[in-house]
Amino acid sequence: MTTFLQVALSVLTLTSFLCLWRMAKGPTAPDRTVAMDALGTVIIGFCCVFSLMQEREWYIVLAVVWALMSFIGSVALAKYLEGRFYDE
Amino acid sequence: MSNADVVVCVLISIGLAFDVLGAIGLVRLPDVYCRLQATTKCVTVGTCFIVAGVAVWAFAHGNPSMGVKAILCGAFVLLTSPVGAHAIARGAHKSGVPLWEKSVINQYEEDFAQSENELDIHER
Repeated sequence: MTTFLQVALSVLTLTSFLCLWRMAKGPTAPDRTVAMDALGTVIIGFCCVFSLMQEREWYIVLAVVWALMSFIGSVALAKYLEGRFYDE
Repeated sequence: MSNADVVVCVLISIGLAFDVLGAIGLVRLPDVYCRLQATTKCVTVGTCFIVAGVAVWAFAHGNPSMGVKAILCGAFVLLTSPVGAHAIARGAHKSGVPLWEKSVINQYEEDFAQSENELDIHER
């Protein structure tokens, strides 16, 4: 079980690096917003796997809070994008 | 490993596969809207599978409060992620991000032009 969880954490790290690559490369602001949204969702999975590894309950609470904050951030950025042209 | 652990491993593996495929779509696909539909569906479902695995583990190990929190987290991701993605797609379209040059249809643009024409008729 521990080995499996370590492999799972490495796969999730790879996934978040793919998201970060897209966030760095762009080319437009909405691309970066999409990458940020995906990264937030991957980090929720990260917290859940970590809670199994450490057998601590509060990592799940962290995941719930992260889901809330990620949603609010995405919607705020989307509202910001609506009033702007795409390369500003 | 008990039976519950096997179920947990299978659920987390499915979730990881969805997550990785969604991230590959985010890197490989040609424009914002394609990337958005790849990541929103795959990464959301992948994370929900991981959370379901954690819930099964918690209930099997006699920790129901952790299980209920995990189910809450999964339901929340499942509800909010499509809403956020829709807002981002709308913001991207309104800020004028072009579609991929091989896209064949843009119904949002057509609907938008039509409603503006109707507005013009009413103003006259």
